[in-house]
Amino acid sequence: MDMPPPSPTVLAKKARILDRLRTVLPADAVIGDEAETRAYECDALTAYRCPPLAAVLPASTNEVAAVLKICHEENVPVVPRGAGTSLAGGALPTADSVILGVARMNAVLETDYENRFVRVQTGRTNLSVTGAVEEMDFFYAPDPSSQLACAIAGNIAMNSGGAHCLKYGVTTNNLLGVTLVTMEGEVVEIGGAHLDAGGLDLLGLICGSEGQLGVVTEATLRILRKPEGARPVLIGYDDIVVAGECVSDIIKSGILPVAIEFMDRPCIRATEAFAGAGYPDCEALLIVEVEGSEEEIAAQLERIVAIAKTHNPVELRESGSPEESAKIWLGRKSAFGAMGQINDYMCLDGTIPVSQLPLVLRRIGEMSKEFGLDVGNVFHAGDGNMHPLILFDANKPGDLEKCEAFGAEILKLCVEVGGCLTGEHGVGIEKRDLMVTQYEADDLDIQMAVKDVFDPKWLLNPAKVFPLQSSETRRIAAE
Amino acid sequence: MMRPGSEAELADAVAGATGPLRVIGGGTRDIGAPVDGDVLSAAGLSGISLYEPGALTLVAAAGTPLADIEAALASEGQRLAFEPMDHRGLLGTTGVPTIGGVVAANVSGPRRIQAGACRDSALGVRFVDGRGRVLKNGGRVMKNVTGYDLVKLLAGSWGTLGVLSEVSLKVQAIPETEATLVAQGLSAQDGVAALSAALGSPFDVTGAAWLSDTGEARVRIEGLAASVAYRLKQMGAEICAGWDVYEGVASAALWQEVRDVTPLSGQAGTVWRVSVKPTDAPALLNALGDPQAICDWGGGLVWLLMPEGGDGGAAAVRGAVARLGGHATLVRGSAETRRAVSVFQPEEAGVARITAGLRAQFDPRGILNPGLMG
Ligand SMILES: Cc1cc2nc3c(=O)[nH]c(=O)nc-3n(C[C@H](O)[C@H](O)[C@H](O)COP(=O)(O)OP(=O)(O)OC[C@H]3O[C@@H](n4cnc5c(N)ncnc54)[C@H](O)[C@@H]3O)c2cc1C
Repeated sequence: MDMPPPSPTVLAKKARILDRLRTVLPADAVIGDEAETRAYECDALTAYRCPPLAAVLPASTNEVAAVLKICHEENVPVVPRGAGTSLAGGALPTADSVILGVARMNAVLETDYENRFVRVQTGRTNLSVTGAVEEMDFFYAPDPSSQLACAIAGNIAMNSGGAHCLKYGVTTNNLLGVTLVTMEGEVVEIGGAHLDAGGLDLLGLICGSEGQLGVVTEATLRILRKPEGARPVLIGYDDIVVAGECVSDIIKSGILPVAIEFMDRPCIRATEAFAGAGYPDCEALLIVEVEGSEEEIAAQLERIVAIAKTHNPVELRESGSPEESAKIWLGRKSAFGAMGQINDYMCLDGTIPVSQLPLVLRRIGEMSKEFGLDVGNVFHAGDGNMHPLILFDANKPGDLEKCEAFGAEILKLCVEVGGCLTGEHGVGIEKRDLMVTQYEADDLDIQMAVKDVFDPKWLLNPAKVFPLQSSETRRIAAE
Repeated sequence: MMRPGSEAELADAVAGATGPLRVIGGGTRDIGAPVDGDVLSAAGLSGISLYEPGALTLVAAAGTPLADIEAALASEGQRLAFEPMDHRGLLGTTGVPTIGGVVAANVSGPRRIQAGACRDSALGVRFVDGRGRVLKNGGRVMKNVTGYDLVKLLAGSWGTLGVLSEVSLKVQAIPETEATLVAQGLSAQDGVAALSAALGSPFDVTGAAWLSDTGEARVRIEGLAASVAYRLKQMGAEICAGWDVYEGVASAALWQEVRDVTPLSGQAGTVWRVSVKPTDAPALLNALGDPQAICDWGGGLVWLLMPEGGDGGAAAVRGAVARLGGHATLVRGSAETRRAVSVFQPEEAGVARITAGLRAQFDPRGILNPGLMG
């Protein structure tokens, strides 16, 4: 993975930059020591590492603004960082960059149950947003599997999703407003406790912009009242095509499950060995969860079971208690961990039209043989967001490269059948150079033109999202 | 009038334009500062190119009549979740609403509070920018974070950043039943408080409105018949004790009225559309001397009838909104009023600078509906 060479000018004035940053932040919030900057050398895409020039941990919007002003004046690239759980290398530093971490900004600023929103500083973790409103039986809906660790800052930057987004939508559908600090250090309020934009929808543009348009320091988030209850059913099939048909029939039936999760045989076997959830040994397994009161759950599950039966399942297990529900979810929730036990893995994130599921799963199986690497599939079937997990051995020379080539082929296939490169993890550095398979030069140009507006000097997270070649003239002109 | 029949012709028309263009779909949503320019209609780009009921997705050319789309969806028991308003009654316009117009104006009805706005259902767009380039963003799948989300930016940009040629949308199954709980004679304060309580319940309310003329509060529930019956019972026992129940078509009629702002149609005056924090709605009405109003979205969307004279209520409405937070749009007003006052909410300096920068990138010659949004 190429990254642009660090600017010698910036490297040469490291001491001066640190001095200036210390004039606006407390001493313990400016990290320049090489032993300590190492803590910020990578995110969850650990194959790529590079310690930054420095890291700063501001505690307020004003401090963020002061830091950005200095970096802007000094022409220092800035990489915003939440909790560093990005799987796409979104928070990967370059040697000449300052990591701007918002982890110290984790306060709840306002909760309003009547108007159903909460305002938080963006360093707050996803799960602790729900934690802050739980006592009143409310919750924040987007629930990435990383929710214990990941921050709202990263969720907004990546427009993260979760298992329950089939019903509740992803981050952008639950975001009401942000405080954004531009690279020049200007504080801009966008949106608020009210719905929708009065002019252009800048909020929609900022959500998912991967830290390239500004640093988000505060967010107004929609909260919802918790449903009375939830219960899953587990359905096993001996044919992935049939499982795909079942998904499509459930969706068409008018029932809106909160989640439809899918696992294939390699993944089922791995999780069984790891977690022993008692899954059947079959080609495809679905977990379908519905919400409501006891009666409502029963009525919905009855319909789903009836649909499932028309496709001759090999296993049909309706949860009858919280313990049984937990057991059904256990395997799914430990899928990543289970695959990680077998080997190193790379998690892909392409989305496909649900109708293409059988074709894509078959092709992935064939490619797995061609590349000689095992792959397991576990994903959000209701919306076609796949998560193929390719197993490789990081200690074996050439294996990572082979794995990346395999991954690239899968993503190209996703685009070919009408889907996209990434459904929720973001482009980062990982899928940067594949953008040309999904977009024409002009399509990328207009996106880069948006960055020109917010960050004319291309200092914010500059080497991400766009193929280096496409962004080169802009990055160089800005230097 | 130019009426290209293909995306390529549309691109040629924009590229070859030598002056301002007034971009229209069906021309039923004549909102914004009046634009002087050659009319460029997208109505010639028509047809559903893809509809997969099992994937809940539909792709159509921008000029496709909304009615065609709704009919195709209904034949599979599906619909657009965001319940777009038909502006013809309120604005007294004629013509055929198009799907491109719906997206360009981000038209969202009562179900917005539960199922999201039009922008939340928009999965992808193709459009022609001010340079005449054909561009695309997003796609036809429900989850997509590949690059910046220009779909949201184009939704609600009123043809000022690009002329839409194709949109792809997420659709929704029509639930088995719907019912509405109705109470009469509530003050704005009590009405909005009841709506807040309903929306804060676990019963998944899909419509919550209060109408000033009758003091009527309405709360809608949709879903499987058994489910709706259960929730009606629960709500009737708690939050909506003693409220009347309307079911099926009777319930649907109540929401069509709210969606299309029917009570304010055919009445003299300007009509404002104000987005505020729901519990601020009563204070807004109070500050304006309690004009006739419909509070949809639990109070968060206030439709106001104001006197036509002078500035059409602009100073008063904008003053109140400035104190409370939110934004106001003059949806109906004479051409003179719309020329004299800013139709869309004036922006703070920082936001205004970003907006101007984006316009300069998408439409460097300033030819697409210039000035419409201010
Ligand atoms: C085990 C595991 C499971 C996961 N499951 C899911 C899942 O189910 N769904 C899902 O969507 N993702 C998932 N992820 C990916 C990851 O957790 C999300 O992308 C998350 O939103 C990243 O948040 P973060 O705070 O860790 O951000 P970081 O990794 O710190 O940063 C991510 C991006 O956000 C930018 N950024 C950070 N802070 C700011 C800010 N204040 N302003 C502007 N930009 C900023 C960064 O520059 C970077 O580009 C998973 C990751 C792991 C490791």
